[in-house]
Amino acid sequence: MATAEKTKKKKFRGVVHVLPERCKGCRVCVEFCPTGAITMSDGFNSRGFHYPEFTYPEKCTGCELCGMYCPDFAIYGYREKIGEGE
Amino acid sequence: MSVEEKVKENPVEEFLRTDRLPHVWCQGCGIGTTVNCFARAVRKCGIPLEKLAIVSGICCTGRVAGYLKLDSFHVTHGRPIPFATGLKLANPELTVVVYSGDGDIAAIGGNHLINAARRNVDITVIMLNNFTYAMTGGQVTPTAPYESINTTAPYGAYEKPFNLPHLVASCGAVYVARWTAYHVVQLTKAMVEAMNKKGFSFIEVISPCPTIFLRRNRLGDAIAELKFYKEHSVIKHGADTSEVGWDETRPDEIIVGKFVDVERPDFIEAMNTHLSKRLGDKYVWWGKK
Ligand SMILES: Cc1ncc(C[n+]2csc(CCOP(=O)(O)OP(=O)(O)O)c2C)c(N)n1
Ligand code: SF4
Ligand code: SF4
Ligand code: SF4
Ligand SMILES: [Mg+2]
Repeated sequence: MATAEKTKKKKFRGVVHVLPERCKGCRVCVEFCPTGAITMSDGFNSRGFHYPEFTYPEKCTGCELCGMYCPDFAIYGYREKIGEGE
Repeated sequence: MSVEEKVKENPVEEFLRTDRLPHVWCQGCGIGTTVNCFARAVRKCGIPLEKLAIVSGICCTGRVAGYLKLDSFHVTHGRPIPFATGLKLANPELTVVVYSGDGDIAAIGGNHLINAARRNVDITVIMLNNFTYAMTGGQVTPTAPYESINTTAPYGAYEKPFNLPHLVASCGAVYVARWTAYHVVQLTKAMVEAMNKKGFSFIEVISPCPTIFLRRNRLGDAIAELKFYKEHSVIKHGADTSEVGWDETRPDEIIVGKFVDVERPDFIEAMNTHLSKRLGDKYVWWGKK
């Protein structure tokens, strides 16, 4: 019940994009994401690296930390108003 | 970032020469992380891009100049500070940022560092300290901690490493800070402050080099190193710089923060004030009054 109310009040959601071909699979983004919204994919990019996936969008706050940490400019997150683009 | 501002591409993108990506830096190398901070700092600092110039020397960190889509100069090893000094003196309206490695800035370029700080040349030096000459395979640098293993110190380093915040502060730098690649938010803020500061500003960024320094010293990967920074950093703004040295390979305390933020006439101002006093009307003021 409390959770349902909370979800109702949520005005923004986090959005994350991954650019797999730039990724070198260091896992820094996954390790330092405060909410556990991203995980490493089983897939490989063309250079043989695993890259992250946006597995749990509902957890993401759009805090942008994954993008700040990624040494390869291969992931970034931001906040989007709920309702936008729908 | 404000929530109204909708970002559809990576915020770092507009500052990158994306045709050169993926870059050459190794898996987990901290240099790229600091570039994310720098890109955000450039956005926030309000300096028009055409008034901003980046200078790097030859080194892994020096590649930053090559990847940034700004007026960037990749100059001889050790000489970014004199190059930047010339650039600033010739065009005082520019904001000039030196972005380079510890060997480049503090070893071969050490003399330039102390003199630029002493003269209070209005430039910002962002020095990425990975404790080694990474690009050339890991020779011992003046920042290599005691006992750290390097190709030219196979039994461990035994020279006292530089305490660079203390060095530049004692020479007269007006802004001195140290952060690590873990402190992305604080580092971004420090970069904004340093770029907007009139006079010589210096930021030491402690950063993981997984391929050379961490591997040779068996310190694990980039994640392990960032966690080490996280767990051992102590923020001490205004700390006595004589006490912030990084001496042991694994110190218990990594002192980070903004150590110095003071005012002092910069080189051009000092020159203008002094020479107009001595020469009177004959003196032509250099730069904006
Ligand atoms: C005059 C000169 N001397 C030596 C070299 C070789 N050299 C290239 S990069 C480098 C060391 C770079 O180390 P550092 O400045 O710490 O940067 P990092 O690679 O660790 O980022 C050296 C010694 C050179 N290119 N030019
Ligand atoms: S934006 Fe923040 S919460 Fe979302 S995935 Fe990235 S680090 Fe995690
Ligand atoms: S931090 Fe960047 S390079 Fe490392 S795994 Fe995540 S996306 Fe890939
Ligand atoms: S050698 Fe070290 S500093 Fe150079 S790119 Fe690789 S990890 Fe980074
Ligand atoms: Mg170095």
